[in-house]
Amino acid sequence: MQLSREHLERAYRQMKTIREFEERLHAEIMTGEIAGFTHLYCGQEAVAVGVCENLTDADYIVSTHRGHGHCIAKGCDVKGMMKEIYGRRDGLGKGKGGSMHIADINVGMLGANGIVGAGAPQAVGAGIAAKLDPRADGTFNVSVTFSGDGACNQGTTFEAMNMAVVVKAPVIFVFENNHYSEHTGHDYAVGSKDIARRAEAFGMKVWRGNGCDFLETYALMREVVEYVRAGNGPAAVELDTERFFGHFEGDPQRYRGPGEMERIRAERDCLKIFRDKVTAAGLLGHDVLDAIDTEVLALIEEATQEARSAPVPTAEDVLTDVYVSY
Amino acid sequence: MATEIFLPAMSPTMEEGTLAKWLVKEGDTIKAGQVIAEIETDKATMELEADDAGVVARLLVPGGAEGVKVGTPIALVAEEGESVAAAAAAPVAPAPVATAAPAVSAPAPVAASAPVAAPVLVAKADPAIPAGTPMVKMTVREALRDAMAEEMRRDDRVFVMGEEVAQYQGAYKVTQGLLDMFGPDRVIDTPITEHGFAGIGAGAAMGGLKPVIEFMTFNFAMQAIDHIINSAAKTNYMSGGQMRCPIVFRGPNGAAARVGAQHSQNYGAWYAAVPGLIVLAPYDAADAKGLLKAAIRSPDPVVFLENELLYGRTFEVPQMDDYVLPIGKARIMREGTDVTLVGYSIAVGVALEAADKLAAEGISAEVIDLRSLRPLDRATVLTSLKKTNRLVVVEEGWPQCSIASEIAAICMEDGFDDLDAPVLRVTDVDVPLPYANNLEKMALVKVDDVVAAARRVCYR
Repeated sequence: MQLSREHLERAYRQMKTIREFEERLHAEIMTGEIAGFTHLYCGQEAVAVGVCENLTDADYIVSTHRGHGHCIAKGCDVKGMMKEIYGRRDGLGKGKGGSMHIADINVGMLGANGIVGAGAPQAVGAGIAAKLDPRADGTFNVSVTFSGDGACNQGTTFEAMNMAVVVKAPVIFVFENNHYSEHTGHDYAVGSKDIARRAEAFGMKVWRGNGCDFLETYALMREVVEYVRAGNGPAAVELDTERFFGHFEGDPQRYRGPGEMERIRAERDCLKIFRDKVTAAGLLGHDVLDAIDTEVLALIEEATQEARSAPVPTAEDVLTDVYVSY
Repeated sequence: MATEIFLPAMSPTMEEGTLAKWLVKEGDTIKAGQVIAEIETDKATMELEADDAGVVARLLVPGGAEGVKVGTPIALVAEEGESVAAAAAAPVAPAPVATAAPAVSAPAPVAASAPVAAPVLVAKADPAIPAGTPMVKMTVREALRDAMAEEMRRDDRVFVMGEEVAQYQGAYKVTQGLLDMFGPDRVIDTPITEHGFAGIGAGAAMGGLKPVIEFMTFNFAMQAIDHIINSAAKTNYMSGGQMRCPIVFRGPNGAAARVGAQHSQNYGAWYAAVPGLIVLAPYDAADAKGLLKAAIRSPDPVVFLENELLYGRTFEVPQMDDYVLPIGKARIMREGTDVTLVGYSIAVGVALEAADKLAAEGISAEVIDLRSLRPLDRATVLTSLKKTNRLVVVEEGWPQCSIASEIAAICMEDGFDDLDAPVLRVTDVDVPLPYANNLEKMALVKVDDVVAAARRVCYR
């Protein structure tokens, strides 16, 4: 499968946008400008973009506490996200949600979530809604849930997988195995060590792939999405990936092995892997990628400056949005 | 122009830290990204990296300095080519005013012109401290850890289980050191499986062990509430008294700082509604220790509600071999005659601060820390009401069906003739906790609202 030049550029721009958005937050958090819990997605960009480049705005995704990457990949407005994280009035959630609760229904992003394992059942529900409202060609919009190697152990995730098979919902369980369930290694916390096999045992077709390689992830997800759209019921994918920062910002990560961070940054960086592959194959030149880098940095700078100077919510905003009806 | 390096906020709730060690000295050339210092926060030790290359012109805060506020300039770095001497002489911006939650360890002295006598901090009402017992200063976090360690030494059936409690030493470092002391059979890391490990704890208790189950926060215990209520709370009753479930469910409860609606809830009233549960919510370190020890010894299941913002605060704790407090006994934190302020957990600090302000206005407030939400010490509340005839409940939580509502009902039912004014509830605003800094402040319980409510019930 050959992606068009435009498509490759777009994918790279999306991944780079996630990377720089997170790197910028990392810096801003250190200065104390942003408070609260922030869980950065750096290192996993090829998963979010590899999945979401196969989706449309009519498809749903349900995200996690580490959700910024999923939001950007699904098309959430970067400036609206930045404003939300700064607690500004015109943030995507009017400053009421924050980093862990970014959502944008207009692009099918049903929300990041502060509770590990809460997303999978929600995605099955959205999948049932999608099944009841088929597309004009008889295929289905799909509902994707992102879970980590932490959430894969929650009973809620097991229950969601079983139910999805029972009702044959067009749901895709994407397991991003970044090897750490918060601060605990997956080799301790995942008893069987094999997440995909668990999903298979629930009666789903499963795939596995290298989540640090966009081209591989994209191609694999294309197959998965086609399979689920066609009405074959749910599917699951385990993607092997890396988390470049701690569980949350401020995590000293003493549980990492010596040289581990340097190794994964050097060998498992999805942006580097992408650049090496597309330039070696003559698909895109360094100049084109460099130009995208510059463009993305400017966007993130603009988003940060705008968020800083954006108005904060007003006292009246405390009381609005609790109910729709009164 | 010399660049200042500030103490960064290295965790979401960090307000201050210890500059444990400088890894560079004045005159050293540093590279961008070089680790220049070790900073200890209430949660962890972190490495501080230099943002830019340069030469260390001046270290403004010495290694080993404790309680350095976030945002304080800690070093000056000269740019390449700049005179280090000139940079070292550069004026330093004053440290920002701390916006931390108010310190509440002791009431501020009352101004000399105040018309009432300076408030007397009443010694612990609990009878167990012999005269002359030395007091040691410790944080709530250390007090909780000591309570667990002491009980684990005393009774080998006691074990601790939860997420990140062992290898990582606790998400909030409450279980720090326990793995080394007691080994992996008694300090057990669980995967992220709250419903599972709460039920496993209940079963272990039924099987004769004494589990202490840590929830990373009580927000995550909502995944596990079925086992807390259906498995633990009702076992004794449903089995006609044959079976016991001596388990402690503990962890931080209530709002922390800027962590959003799903991570900021007070479950005090939820669990206090359940017969069969004991619900404790200490404020200071001494109570944290004495009550946690009592909880672990309790033959009944206990929900033990801590508060993240209190973990790092230091209080005096009596140095005794075995400091165990009675369950179900409130504590008079400060005596007064005009109005009673009732609170628990972090709201006790709010009430104490309000009492200071009221004293300056000539209103003498008595402050009661409930400590135990179930059983609830009605007698202490009603006795105080009989004296002051006015009562305000302070709660960091939602108003409807709250502990505050319960106290108001008790005062109506059993203290009606003593009331000179309606009981008022001062709580958080009745909304999910918003994220934005200003909205969050507006939504949480405030000292000034307590002062206003106290004035109102005093008709002033």
